[in-house]
Amino acid sequence: MEKKNNVWENVDWITIGIYLAMMLIGWINIYAAVYNEDHKSIFDTTQQYGKQLMWIGAAIFIAVLMINTDSKFFVTFAFPIYIAIIFLLILVPFIGTTINGAKSWIQIGGFLLQPSEFMKMATSLALARYISSYNFKMHSWKSLLTMAGILFVPVGLIFLQNDTGSAIVFGVFLLVLYREGLNGIVLFFTFLIALVFILTMVLDPLPTIIILTVAAFLINYLLKKKLQRTLIGIGVFTGIFGSLWLLNLVLGGSVSSVFFILIAAVITSGLFFTWAILLHKRSLAILIGIYLGSVLFSVSVDYVFHNIMEEHQRNRINELLGIQTDIHGTGYHVNQSKIAIGSGGFFGKGFLQGTQTKFDFVPEQSTDFIFCTVGEEWGFIGSVTVIGLFLGLLMRLIFLAERNRSKFSRVYGYCVASILFFHFAINIGMTIGLAPVIGIPLPFFSYGGSSLWSFTLLLFVFIRLDASRFEQLSF
Amino acid sequence: MDTFSKRKLIIAGIMLGVGVIFILRLFSIQITNKTYKQFATRNVLRFITIYPARGLIYDRKGELMVYNKAAYDLMMIPREVKTFDTTELCNIVQLDRVELREAIKKAKQYSRYKPSIVVGQISPDIYAPLQEKLYKYPGFYVQSRTLREYPSKSAAQVLGYVGEVNQRIIDNDPYYLSGDYIGVSGLEKAYEKELRGIKGITKSMVDVHNRVKGKYNEGKEDSTAILGQNLMTGMDASLQAYAELLMTNKRGAVVAIEPSTGEIIMMVSAPSYDPNLLVGRQRSTNYSILDRDSIAKPMWNRAVNALYPPGSTFKLANALIALEEHAITPFDRFSCSGKGSKPISCTHSHVSPLAIREGIRESCNSFFWNAFREIMSHKSNSAESYQVWRDYITSFGFGTKLNPELSSENKGSIPEVSLYDKWYTPGHWNAMTIRSLAIGQGEIEATPLQMVNLCAMIANRGYYITPHIVSAVQDANREVHKLEYEKKMVNISPEHFNTVIEGMEAVISETRLQYTVKEDNFIVCGKTGTVQNPHGADHSAFVGFAPKDNPRIAIVVFVENAGFGATYAAPIGGLLMEKYLNDSISPKHKELEQKLIETDLLNVVEVKKKL
Repeated sequence: MEKKNNVWENVDWITIGIYLAMMLIGWINIYAAVYNEDHKSIFDTTQQYGKQLMWIGAAIFIAVLMINTDSKFFVTFAFPIYIAIIFLLILVPFIGTTINGAKSWIQIGGFLLQPSEFMKMATSLALARYISSYNFKMHSWKSLLTMAGILFVPVGLIFLQNDTGSAIVFGVFLLVLYREGLNGIVLFFTFLIALVFILTMVLDPLPTIIILTVAAFLINYLLKKKLQRTLIGIGVFTGIFGSLWLLNLVLGGSVSSVFFILIAAVITSGLFFTWAILLHKRSLAILIGIYLGSVLFSVSVDYVFHNIMEEHQRNRINELLGIQTDIHGTGYHVNQSKIAIGSGGFFGKGFLQGTQTKFDFVPEQSTDFIFCTVGEEWGFIGSVTVIGLFLGLLMRLIFLAERNRSKFSRVYGYCVASILFFHFAINIGMTIGLAPVIGIPLPFFSYGGSSLWSFTLLLFVFIRLDASRFEQLSF
Repeated sequence: MDTFSKRKLIIAGIMLGVGVIFILRLFSIQITNKTYKQFATRNVLRFITIYPARGLIYDRKGELMVYNKAAYDLMMIPREVKTFDTTELCNIVQLDRVELREAIKKAKQYSRYKPSIVVGQISPDIYAPLQEKLYKYPGFYVQSRTLREYPSKSAAQVLGYVGEVNQRIIDNDPYYLSGDYIGVSGLEKAYEKELRGIKGITKSMVDVHNRVKGKYNEGKEDSTAILGQNLMTGMDASLQAYAELLMTNKRGAVVAIEPSTGEIIMMVSAPSYDPNLLVGRQRSTNYSILDRDSIAKPMWNRAVNALYPPGSTFKLANALIALEEHAITPFDRFSCSGKGSKPISCTHSHVSPLAIREGIRESCNSFFWNAFREIMSHKSNSAESYQVWRDYITSFGFGTKLNPELSSENKGSIPEVSLYDKWYTPGHWNAMTIRSLAIGQGEIEATPLQMVNLCAMIANRGYYITPHIVSAVQDANREVHKLEYEKKMVNISPEHFNTVIEGMEAVISETRLQYTVKEDNFIVCGKTGTVQNPHGADHSAFVGFAPKDNPRIAIVVFVENAGFGATYAAPIGGLLMEKYLNDSISPKHKELEQKLIETDLLNVVEVKKKL
């Protein structure tokens, strides 16, 4: 009994407090988002808000259950749990139920569970278990391949189920690997590639190249702090670019504009690159190399997308970036979502007074776009409070992860923080037009049992591990 | 040990960075940038129901009996309403301020989000200025509706009326929403699904100045309204109006059928009312006045709801059964000693003994008692014989609902064997016990519709077609769909019909009815009835058809408490057949017509009651 008491004394009540506050605020906002006059009671279980209360009850039960589980269980069973859920994922295409075009749900009694949601926790456990094993060396081929395997098996399976949003989340494990010693360049390039890819898809290559060019000069200036040289560079660049442009006009402008810009950019940067090499300006050469690579990547992404990919593959990517699902053309949903949030003003319109989220302007009001209701009804104050709660939770999780002497707990803690961060960044980002429309829920806010329970599970396994930080977790 | 510990700062920095970017972005769209607030005001959705015009109702000549006129409802969504000048709005819609405030209060109680009707059924001349000023009243809008109009002001009980749906209907049928109209009685109710059409809906964006800014989602979610279907009836609107004129200040019913088709040509229930009373803003006031009139009961359709003993008109049925069962032959004579006859006295003295033709002509109670006694002794016991008789009677349409359209129809009653067994114990009743049935009195109760149906069956010499009002439906594409109605044969040989019809011809041409009902250019067949009833003076009844060959109209007239059948019912029936077949009333009947129109039986009854 004494030991059990110790667990409850050692759990981090700050995290639990933030968790409960988020669920409560989420529940109230779900009520406002799908408020039905005929069912005014927030406890009406025929409505989403009544159901969400039941899911919250079950989530708290899961939380208590996790805290009462021996922390060694998670260490010992990290791989078995991972394999079990992989097995479930394999089963889904055969016994699954299709919802919204994604066959990624398993119906158990009256409940719909999405194994991919629980895969995040299982992968975190497996990754933590592997990284904390004592013969682990981050940059050995064996370790890299094993980690890639742990990550890509679930990603592949989830992709196959048409649930691309959930699959993309696994990219965030790079942050964890970075913390555990992965070379920062990997993180940088991953970010660059993703950025260039999204920019190309959403904006087309031309604006992307322009953005990249401007960014290259800006970075050059920030690194060297030599305004004169940068300006000369811009002048030379514009000069060469301009003459090529004139040449193009003289030739009759027969070449398509993207192709022309590409050639101009390649020639110009090629000249700069040679100059940098000759003068042994290493950092400048690297910068130009990265710039050139990005430009080529952008153009080839565009080429592959439009000339090599099949129609259905294009649709898939468009859907992922929220371009095609938009019946009103690019940005309609995001625009409606921004209107809803923007119209909230400083103090918001007040509880149940939202007009934009009440009708069909904003899609998925209670799930992916729940933040719109927060923004519209509670205004800037409410939005910042929610962001503050998330940042507070993330900072607290990093703090908790760092205070654990056990590497397993630390890695797992970073996994939790990273996953929550990714959901937070993408979900809120898409509602305010800063991220592509990838349909992933806002943790602890969005309507739905499966996601709430999986996030609860994810978080409370860590809270339990953290509560045992004074014990030696050996294996 | 942990060389990468510093990286926690970079990771935390990335997370905080994203948070800061979000906050800056929110600051920009929620506080700095005002355009989103303006967009939002343009983003108010309004669901406007498009009510299709209700189907029209035509008579047999293609004349309109019911059509639509435009009207408008002023709607309000409480949560969108801003403070406004009530006095001005009251002036525009010509409504009392107290009433308006009351209506707004009611709307708020119903729902803050859903639209309610504040002022219903606004006429087009009020609508025009209202539409101009509507921009001053955010949250208010106008929805166009149609109201029923009855040009001939007749056939109120047949056509029925349209009213607002009540909560019970809304709960049971998802099609209806608060404020919708539904057929409440008559054809409006029976053909509700055909007449109502299908509602459409438009989702429009409305700005803060109450102006429609365009269709939501490019109109993809809108649905167009589908027009209601038109009803083609067998009614003759002008004959209906003429019959109602003849029945002025009388209580009773008149129904006519085209025997060959079963189409109901007219259906009058007197006293009646102008159907236009139950339309528009005055509907509820007028409804309660009509509904509370327990003496005239104008909303009650006597033609299908009132139960009368058929009286002597029923002798036709008994004659047919007696002949078919060979209980009598056309030549069997029975004697009569007038008022001294036993066990049923006859109404008057006439030639005696007489056979069936004269029996019908003189409506001789003794003859029909003897015929009935023969029927009742035909089988081994009374119960069995009675059952045979009863089967014939029900096959003529008595004791059952005839018309599939008027749901309130009363089925009447023809007693079952079990009833008499209960009253008199089995084996202890016979023809003598139930002798009243021989002359259409006693336990028999029939509606005027059932009596005219008997007449149509005789006119057809052996069958009737389910009597009906609507013969065809015209859909929204103007295509006409004929409705099928069942033809019911009866088990009586054609020659017996001829025997009875000879008698019916004699009723018109050989009694004093030759002065009032007999026509020059076609032969009228008929039978009068003077129906005893426990509630007062005898009812005057008449059934008849014309012409004798290839009959085009069969009719029943029932005038309550009017005395002899020959005095009121028969002449009214005669005039109607004449009007229908000749399209005019001959000069020799003009005086009779005038007298009948002027006869006031209602107020006589009133006087008697007062005394």
